[in-house]
Amino acid sequence: MEDYQMMLKAYQEAGGTPDIFKDSKIAHLVVNQNKVLGSRSINGLILTAKEKEGGIDVDLRVKEGTRIAHPVHLCFGILPKEGRQEIKLNAVMEKGADISILAHCVFPNPIKVQHIMDATYILEDRAVLKYKEVHYHGLTGGIEVIPQSKIKVGKDARIMTDFLLVKGRVGRLDIDYQAEADENGVIEMVTKVYGHGDDEIRVKESGQLFGRGARGLIKSRIAVRERAESEVISELRASAPNARGHVDCIEIVQGEARAKAVPLVHVLHEDAQITHEAAIGRVNQKEVETLMARGLKEEEAVDVIIGGMLK
Amino acid sequence: MLKIENLNIKKDNRMILREVDFEVNAREIYGILGPNGAGKSSLAYAIMGCNDYQPYEGKIVFEGKEINNLCIWERAKLGITLAWQHEAHFEGITVEDYLLIGMKKMNRTEAGEALQNVLLDPKAYLKRKVDKTLSGGERKRIELAAIFTMRPRLAILDEPDSGIDILALDSVVGFVRNLRQRGTTVILITHRADVAKIAERAALIGEGYLVKEGSSQEVVEYFESRCLVCPQFR
Repeated sequence: MEDYQMMLKAYQEAGGTPDIFKDSKIAHLVVNQNKVLGSRSINGLILTAKEKEGGIDVDLRVKEGTRIAHPVHLCFGILPKEGRQEIKLNAVMEKGADISILAHCVFPNPIKVQHIMDATYILEDRAVLKYKEVHYHGLTGGIEVIPQSKIKVGKDARIMTDFLLVKGRVGRLDIDYQAEADENGVIEMVTKVYGHGDDEIRVKESGQLFGRGARGLIKSRIAVRERAESEVISELRASAPNARGHVDCIEIVQGEARAKAVPLVHVLHEDAQITHEAAIGRVNQKEVETLMARGLKEEEAVDVIIGGMLK
Repeated sequence: MLKIENLNIKKDNRMILREVDFEVNAREIYGILGPNGAGKSSLAYAIMGCNDYQPYEGKIVFEGKEINNLCIWERAKLGITLAWQHEAHFEGITVEDYLLIGMKKMNRTEAGEALQNVLLDPKAYLKRKVDKTLSGGERKRIELAAIFTMRPRLAILDEPDSGIDILALDSVVGFVRNLRQRGTTVILITHRADVAKIAERAALIGEGYLVKEGSSQEVVEYFESRCLVCPQFR
């Protein structure tokens, strides 16, 4: 079977629908390891990918005022047990552009796999970007995932990122997202991860609200069990009038797992405000007992609660 | 159906229920009345088998079988359930999925009917999350709907009227009666005399003691004629 077909098969097994790659109205990019297997640009959206030594350069540009009706699908994966993938993504949303990106990262058999994503997102004024990244990992755990993003949000622009790694073993995850928002710009970053075995999870997300009326939300939902470890550093800095932010972190710990949360909140203007809440520990007993009173065993109740939180 | 014998509950080295005895008949609405802090909710948690509310002394007997050593879900499997006064929230779980959890046979139509029963529009609520975006009154009604879908043999309703506005009180009363009509025995915990009157029989709890038992009318009159926070209450 060709690499492309194998990639689509893995994508389908991970819950995706490969037919979208045939649809001429949908922009997409399919990459196995450091090889581009397919890509499509559409009207108003230019998507190019160039292979280079040790990685791939991807450029994405959405033209001014263009609203892309269907989500752009990015499919990154490494099918062999060993391999390294390095993606350098430069994305520019011109003024008033509006786009959703759905990135599937498929690593079904990792023994010694490394996935590095080094992304830059520039949202010009009034642009909107919804970026959802869903990981499907096998159960072997031999994988390192290192997503790094630098995000600039212009006036009245809005970015929403959603990172999801709740199926299979995490391996080692080291997220580092840094975003900054100009006047009335909005940053929303949500991360949901479920760690097992000896998985290591490190999430560092920071937002700089330097524009008047800028808004920021950093939300993390992490569950760790067995010997997995997690560390979440959520940082918001508000330095302009009417800048508002909220940091919201929940980490659920089971078995011998360990969790750490570090909310960092800086307010550098008297008319700015940031709030934060964090809860770390076992599953809320009241929630467990409520479900047990409906007939679920304790372990079943915990699974339902964690499943909901990570949905 | 349910027999409470000399029940004593100790929590944090403090007796919170003392020598409580009463019996609830099948398909009866049995009121538990009392002021705040009297021990009503503690009694509910003890019957349900919650952690920290295990009997220090005494017995809880359900349909002839002592259930002191059964945990919450084992009691739920026997048909006992509890609608909590302060309901938990569940991030990411839809109202529909929440209502399906307690059902013996999953039936999505019945989930919608249960919402209608508590005067919530299924179209507006089934896909909403059981999280903090719900108001206190909405959450309360969803909890009652969950009890409805579960079709329990014994439902303990802990202050089902709290957080519900006065106009909707009739719907709570109607809900309790419907529940009983479906064959459920109801223990109705309240500190409101007007709500307690829908019970056939009732008990008054004060300072952890069962102070009086009788028809709901008798108990309500007794409750209303005394200063409930005074030691002379007993």
